[in-house]
Amino acid sequence: MARSAIPVVGGCFALALLALPRLAGGEELKSYSVTGDAIVESLTGEAGDAARGRKLVVDRANTCILCHSGPFPEDKFQGDLAPNLSGVGNRWSVGQLRLRLVDASRLNPGTIMPSYYRVDGLDRVAKAWSGKPILSARQIEDIVAYLATLRD
Amino acid sequence: MKVVAAIVLSSLLIAAGIVLRPLIATEIPASERRSGYTFMSPDTKAMQDDDTTNPGMLGVIEGEALWNRKGGSADKSCADCHHDAKVSMKGVAARYPSYDKVLGGPVNLEQRINLCRARHQQADPLPYEKHDLLALTTYVAEQSRGMPITPDPTPELQPFVAKGRDLFMHRQGQLNLACTNCHDDNWDKHLASSAVTQGMPNGYPIYRLDWQSLGSLQRRLRNCITGVRAQNYDYGAPELVELELYLMSRARGMPLETPAVRP
Ligand code: HEC
Ligand code: HEC
Ligand code: HEC
Repeated sequence: MARSAIPVVGGCFALALLALPRLAGGEELKSYSVTGDAIVESLTGEAGDAARGRKLVVDRANTCILCHSGPFPEDKFQGDLAPNLSGVGNRWSVGQLRLRLVDASRLNPGTIMPSYYRVDGLDRVAKAWSGKPILSARQIEDIVAYLATLRD
Repeated sequence: MKVVAAIVLSSLLIAAGIVLRPLIATEIPASERRSGYTFMSPDTKAMQDDDTTNPGMLGVIEGEALWNRKGGSADKSCADCHHDAKVSMKGVAARYPSYDKVLGGPVNLEQRINLCRARHQQADPLPYEKHDLLALTTYVAEQSRGMPITPDPTPELQPFVAKGRDLFMHRQGQLNLACTNCHDDNWDKHLASSAVTQGMPNGYPIYRLDWQSLGSLQRRLRNCITGVRAQNYDYGAPELVELELYLMSRARGMPLETPAVRP
């Protein structure tokens, strides 16, 4: 039952890794490099928009609040499968938040948090979603920008 | 001998306060297994408990009428062969899916009923998830209400149970989640506002408030598979029957609640 605490990956990811670009419905996944436990550079090369990011997080279709709760007083149906997102901008840097969203399984292989910007290593993906990441690079950046504003 | 020794050893360990970890760390120990019922609100529990308010009872009544209706080119009713369902069907649903010698594999209760139509009534199969098959299945299953789930022990069935277990443990879909991630590891938590529960199969067919209708276990499984954005299986697909088998083995001893009500 009990899920052990997440070992935040240190040493073995200290070298920068280059993720290979994949085909996503004709559109290539943007390549990114992982430094330590973070992706330092924006996937789009631009800063995200925090207001758009908030909208994305509270939209159930993007699944975050099925698992997470957070400072979203307008939403009564928040999950408790994952930590409350309040203050997450204090706990993690922008780069760490970015890797967490892109591919949380790199930080914790047993995590239940989906990898939002990954198309490989998945099995039996429904046709409608196949070959596509859950979120686009721009959506990831918007959400990262929003999460960074969540300071206690 | 070995088995006896293991039992003696484990009772010694238990007596000594050392609890043996289950084979697979995530599987729920028998003593902690809980029906979906125990997670429901008092109102929903009351709705299930009272036959006059339980909407699933309508399925039972309609199923009884179908039980007695003659059909097929054999012009026979279920009752012509099986007589009083209260006697002949008692305990049957508690051990389904069950082994069919002719097919050499498992069949669930819906498939058994359709096999009877084909083999013994010379009638067409009833479509999955449509009213008649749901009502007949509910009627047959209700005859086991309160009885403990006792999976079919046929040895030839065991490889199919194992396949179901593998599927339960396997991550799939765009969200990359396995059944076990929610129903073994996080059953005491909430997905949005819904209790995750242990994913127990002991109430089916159920009346689900969200569906506003009766529905089969396979319909529920298909909902969860869609939820993780995986390719679904058709009704009656071997994979779904294997999942049913594993779920029943996981629910051994739990009383059947058909027709249960679920949110
Ligand atoms: C299926 C459940 C699930 C979904 C959906 C999910 N997460 Fe997570 N998330 C988790 C879990 C569990 C953790 C705890 C760390 C771990 O297990 O990897 C976590 C951790 C996090 C963290 C770090 C929190 C902290 O305080 O350390 C952030 C930030 C985060 N998630 C953001 C998101 C965002 C944004 C979304 C939607 C795009 C999302 N999560 C969707 C389960 C989920
Ligand atoms: C002509 C006789 C006949 C009719 C009519 C008939 N059955 Fe059967 N039924 C059988 C026989 C024989 C078996 C044993 C399995 C087999 O040989 O197919 C059986 C088995 C079953 C079983 C499984 C019992 C167990 O212990 O596993 C169920 C459930 C069942 N029938 C339901 C029905 C229903 C519902 C109907 C009407 C739609 C029906 N049967 C119509 C002869 C009949
Ligand atoms: C992301 C978490 C999650 C995953 C993964 C998941 N389920 Fe579920 N499941 C749920 C939730 C939540 C419910 C309860 C829904 C409700 O009551 O509204 C549920 C309900 C069920 C039920 C009904 C229990 C009852 O009391 O009637 C069964 C059976 C079930 N799931 C089986 C499965 C199987 C088999 C799989 C894998 C193919 C699976 N689930 C995958 C979250 C999940």
